[in-house]
Order: sequence, then C-alpha cells, then structure tokens
Amino acid sequence: MSNAWSIYVIVITLANILGCLWLIRWTTKKRKKEANQGDVTGHTWDGNLQEYNNPLPRWWLWLFYLTIVFSLVYMVIYPTAGNYAGMTGWTQIGQYQAEMDEADKSYGVIFKAYAKKSIADLAKDAQAMDSGYRLFLNNCATCHGSDAGGLAGYPNLTDKAWLYGGAPETIKTSILDGRNGVMPPMGAGMNVQQLDSITVYVLSLSGREADAAKVTQGKTQFDSMCVACHGADGKGNPALGAPDLTDNTWLYGGTPGLIKESIQKGRNGKMPAHRDLLGEEKAHLLAAYVYSLSQ
Amino acid sequence: MQSEPSSNAQTYNYKVVRQFAVMTVVWGVVGILVGVVIAAQLVWPGLNFDLPWLTYSRLRPLHTNAVIFAFGGSALFATSYYVVQRTCSVRLFSDKLAAFTFWGWTLVIVAAAITLPLGITSGKEYAELEWPIDILITLVWVSYAIVFFGTIVKRQVKHIYVANWFFGAFILTVAVLHLINSAAVPISLWKSYSAYPGTIDAMVQWWYGHNAVGFFLTAGFLGMMYYFVPKQANRPIYSYRLSVVHFWSLISLYMWAGPHHLQYTALPDWGQSLGMIFSLILLAPSWGGMINGVMTLSGAWHKLRSDPILKFMIVSLSFYGMSTFEGPMMSIKTVNALSHYTDWTIGHVHSGALGWVGFITMGCIYFLIPKLFDREKMYSTKMIDVHLWIATIGIVFYIASMWIAGVMQGLMWREVNADGTLAYSFVQSLEASYPYYVVRFLGGVLYLIGMLIMAWNVYMTIMGPAPAKQSSAEPAQA
Repeated sequence: MSNAWSIYVIVITLANILGCLWLIRWTTKKRKKEANQGDVTGHTWDGNLQEYNNPLPRWWLWLFYLTIVFSLVYMVIYPTAGNYAGMTGWTQIGQYQAEMDEADKSYGVIFKAYAKKSIADLAKDAQAMDSGYRLFLNNCATCHGSDAGGLAGYPNLTDKAWLYGGAPETIKTSILDGRNGVMPPMGAGMNVQQLDSITVYVLSLSGREADAAKVTQGKTQFDSMCVACHGADGKGNPALGAPDLTDNTWLYGGTPGLIKESIQKGRNGKMPAHRDLLGEEKAHLLAAYVYSLSQ
Repeated sequence: MQSEPSSNAQTYNYKVVRQFAVMTVVWGVVGILVGVVIAAQLVWPGLNFDLPWLTYSRLRPLHTNAVIFAFGGSALFATSYYVVQRTCSVRLFSDKLAAFTFWGWTLVIVAAAITLPLGITSGKEYAELEWPIDILITLVWVSYAIVFFGTIVKRQVKHIYVANWFFGAFILTVAVLHLINSAAVPISLWKSYSAYPGTIDAMVQWWYGHNAVGFFLTAGFLGMMYYFVPKQANRPIYSYRLSVVHFWSLISLYMWAGPHHLQYTALPDWGQSLGMIFSLILLAPSWGGMINGVMTLSGAWHKLRSDPILKFMIVSLSFYGMSTFEGPMMSIKTVNALSHYTDWTIGHVHSGALGWVGFITMGCIYFLIPKLFDREKMYSTKMIDVHLWIATIGIVFYIASMWIAGVMQGLMWREVNADGTLAYSFVQSLEASYPYYVVRFLGGVLYLIGMLIMAWNVYMTIMGPAPAKQSSAEPAQA
C-alpha cells in the first residue's frame, strides 16, 4: 500500500470515529425554542406519531465512549491504521509462526525420533502408527477415505496394487512430491468399432469374458497404441504410474462403459505434493502408516 | 371519509401495499420451507434423492434468497410504501412505477427459483443471481428509489419522519452495494465472472454481504420498527435525539464492518483490524435502535398482556439487541478464531433473521392486513398468540443447538493430542454435531408451523366478511 493510500485510510477511519463523537456533542446541545426534556418535540405524523425530547441514556453513552476509546487504543497497539504497524508489531503471520515454533519445540522431538527409524520398522510400532493414523485422518482421508479404501479416481491404499510402486521409500516420495498420472485421450485416433474392440481386449486382460473376434482385433490396436506405457503384457509401468491392466483393480471404475471412457477421453489424476505442508519427518511417519496398511 | 376503492388523488395507493403484504406471507412460507428441507438434508442426507436440483448446495442459496429478498424484500416494499404515504400524507409518487416494482420484483424471485436449482450461479454469497437477473434487479431498484424519494419530495408534512430516514438509507445503500458487488464480465447468457480478483473479490463480497445485513436486514427493518411500534403501542418515540445519533452512527459505521468475515485470511492485517474495531463501535448505535423501540413501550407495558402483535415487536427487539451484542463479540479476533467456520455463525445469523427480521415483519403484517383489507382486526387474535409462542420456542431450539454445536466444533478442531496431531478429523466433529442438527431441524419445523398458522389467519381475514361502512384509508392529514 502506497503512503498516499495509507494516509487516506487513516484519515477516513479517524474522521468516522471522531465524527461519532462530534455527532453526540452536537445532538446533546440544548437549542433555543426546543421542547423541554421529557416533552414531545411538537411534530406529529399520521395522526398520532410523535417523539419525546428525551436525552441520550447515560449508560448507553458510556458504552459508546468505551468502545471508541478501546478502538483508538487498539489502533495504536495493533496494525489497523494503514501502513502503521502498531506498537507491538503483531501480525497474523507472526502469530502463526510463533505458535508453530512453539509446537515444533514441544512435539518436534517425537517426529525426529520416528524419522530415525526405518519405515518398515515404524510400521510395526503401535504408538507410531497411532500418530500416523491421526495424521492420515487430517491430511489424507478427505480423498482416500478414513479407511484408506479410496474412491473413484483416488487409489485404495490398503491393497497391493500400486501405481508407482509400494516400496517404503517410493510411498514417501509420492507423499512428499506428489504424483501426476496422465492417461492421454485416445478417442480422436480411432473409430467407434476400434474403441469398442480395444475396450473388450482390455477387459480380457484381467481374465474377464470377452468376444474372441473383438479381442484379436483389439490386440492389434493395443499393440500399436497402448504398449508404450502399459507394456506388451498390459502389466503397466510404475515409473510412469501406468496402471497394471491385468489385476482387475480399476482406479476409475471397471465397467465396460467406464473403461471405454478412460480410453476415449483420458484421465488426469493428481496427488498433491506435501513437502511444504507436512515436512520430511511427518511424511516419513505417514509413509510408514500407509505402508503398514497393505502389509 | 372516502372508501379505498375510489382511488382518487387524495387516497393512498394501497393496492401495491396489499400485493407485497400478501406475497410477504407467501414467500415466508416458501423460504422457511426450503430452509426446513435443507436442515432435514443435514440430518438425512438421502433427502436430495440424488437429484442435482435438490442438492443442499443448490437449495441453500434458494433458501437464503427466498427469505432475504422474497420474504424480507416484500415486507420492506409493503411497509415502506405504506409508511411513506401515511407519514408524508400523500399518495405514492407514481402508481405505474410502483406496480412495476411489484411485478419486476416478483419476476426476479421467480427467476431465482428457477435458475438456482438449475445450478446457475455467480458464486457470490447472497448475490448468486446471474447478470441478466442482476440487471432486472437494478431496474426495479431504481424505480423503487424514484417512487420512494418522489413521494418524500411531494410530502405534505414539513419534517421527514424517522422511519423514512431508515427506509431511504436502506434503498440508497442497497443500490450502491448491488451495483458494485455484482460487477462482472459475462461470457454467456447465464455465466459471468466477477470483475475483481482474489482477495479483493472476497473483500468486495463481504463488504456487500455484511452491508446487506446492515442495510437490507437492519436499517430497512428499523424503519418498520419506527413506524409500527409507536403506532401499535400508541406512544410517542422514546427519544428523538437518540434516533438522530443512532441513525447517523449506524449507517456510517456499518460500511466498515465487512472485513470481520475475513479474520485470519489473506486480507491484510490492517483491514481485519478495521473490521473488528468498527464492529465493536457499532454495538452502541445498534442498541440505540433497540432502546428507542423498547422504551417507547414504557408506560404501556400492560398492553403486552393482551396484544400479541406488540409481543411480536418486543420479542423481535430483544433478539435484535441480543444478536447485535453477539455480532461485535464474534468480530473480535480471539473469539473469531474459535467461532469462524462453525455453526455458531449459523446460530448468530438466525437469531437475527428468525428473531429480529422475522418477528418484526410478522408483527407489522398482522398490523397491516386488517387495515389494508378493510377489516376490523385479524380473524383470530388467539392464533397470533399461538404463532408467537410456537415460533419463539422454535427460535430457542434453533439458536441454542447451533451455539452448542458451534462452540463444540471450534473446540474439537483445535484440540491436539500429546504428539501435537489434531485430536479430531472433520468428520468426527460432524458426527458429534448430528444430534444438534436434529434439534435445529425441529426448531425450523416449529417456526414453519408458526408461519403456516399466520398464512391461514391472513387468508381467513382476507376472505372473511368486511364490516359494514368501515373505511381503512382516511383522507390525507396535512
């Protein structure tokens, strides 16, 4: 905020507050020819509407003054008046940082100790897993569910089907840096028949019943369009996050219609990075908790 | 004495007042019913029947628009048109423009009732309607201002009555709020994007949002209070001086209070602090209105025993005083850190909405209906009393359950374990809130039953026989 704006803010703020004080003084002033206190002012509307010339209630005036004085003092102490930072130098960021530092001091040791143990060992530590579960509830459950069972588009973390691999350190990397799983839309490059046969072929990969003629047709398609990511055998590629199509685990749903939709329109899955939010040590503990779920 | 149907230049335009008064009751039933439906959805989520048009996210703005702008708006139109004519002793400035405001406003409400369930929304709270409807609102509002201020200009009485200051401030300010907050870039007939980026958009939104409370739901309804309370009590206003001080301080201070909705957010610290201190200074000016209303009754307290309309008014002023105390307290950063995002806020809003806005409106409509339709009194005075008690119990259920749920949520969200992790996940706080959602739903049902009793009483009054040779519209008194 430029100084000009700052001054503008200060001036109109004070003008409004001091204006209230002036208003009180101006209204309480006794005027010539005015009605006596407790009498009606002399104006009448709509037959019988009148007003008494009663003074401002004293207790009410004191309340008014009290809030004004409190506010003026507050303006001196806390950041209120434009760019003036206030006597205490308080800021909400400062308050947040102070509380976080305080929390780190009290609780940091706990997570530091956990970070020294390996993820596989931590996964067997009941107390550590209690903490891990609570972290999971408040940071992960929104997408993956309280039971980590997942939802369409959000992987189930309790099974053995890992998109990027289920090794302890890989899980930690997923949490810290996030993942972005892109299935490109393939619909533009094929006609309805081809889309249909390729869907049937994908269904057949996990051992589901499928029309043999379409499977043969679909395989030709698959070999030219899908193998680069999903592999010739359809077992996927954890380096790319390309899912295994043979395990009958479906991130976006396993009905023929949904599989066709995935092929035609593509999918875009995003696991957000948590490095800044949680820090290395808590991510370590969370990785252990997630790892423990499928052990 | 002239009877109303021979509407010559001397008599008042009661037609538009009648239309708005009746629609106040109709929209009241509709708006509260939608509120009860969404309260029920929070108890039984299956009640949206998996239909997109019935999801909570689409019905919630329908509820808020229906109660604020359809129910509250119609009440404001009805009472301001009635009051400005009676206290200026002249007919409305233009009958045609007044009729346009009725049909235009009705069209706005119907458009809202169609577009909101379809998911057409600008995404701005309390200003969800898309740009074509916003333009219609602007046309109606400008016409409203012309009718209202035109009537003030041609008044036969030298002084402008205090109720009209409040109505005037409400009309002018809402025009400014609507124009600035709704500024948007249309990309198609039913989609537009806000003209403001990021935090500025949030600030504009809450500058609008809180002043919608301050002017639409407070200043306008104080205008009602200043006419109908002294009329019903047959007593002079307690203090002219107090009305001057609280009017000017209220309308100037409200303008600043919006940022208290954005405590501990990306809004710069100084803005948050400003919102807080102005909300605190606002306490006394708000109470000024309450004192002037309540003290007007001093010397007429015995009337409360026999007059349920006066009871509605006094209870509404009590809720006004309570929620305008609660509001400044909640704006204090330390308190807000606990209350923000919890159901406490919902409870606070409803103590103002059900208690203050709802009750003062009901009191005024019970006052108006017999006069507008040339009846001696309401069909059943007993039923007004029954309405009052059922609705009051409903409000108590509502706000008490939301207070408990809100404070509980705030405490659960900040509770930490021995290792510093949060003790509860969000869904656990939701689970704990469940019983209170049931109580809130019951409170809403009671309030709705009260409104239905009112609708029946109004219907029976209008349909009942007119007393012989009784006139509702006296000639103007200069």
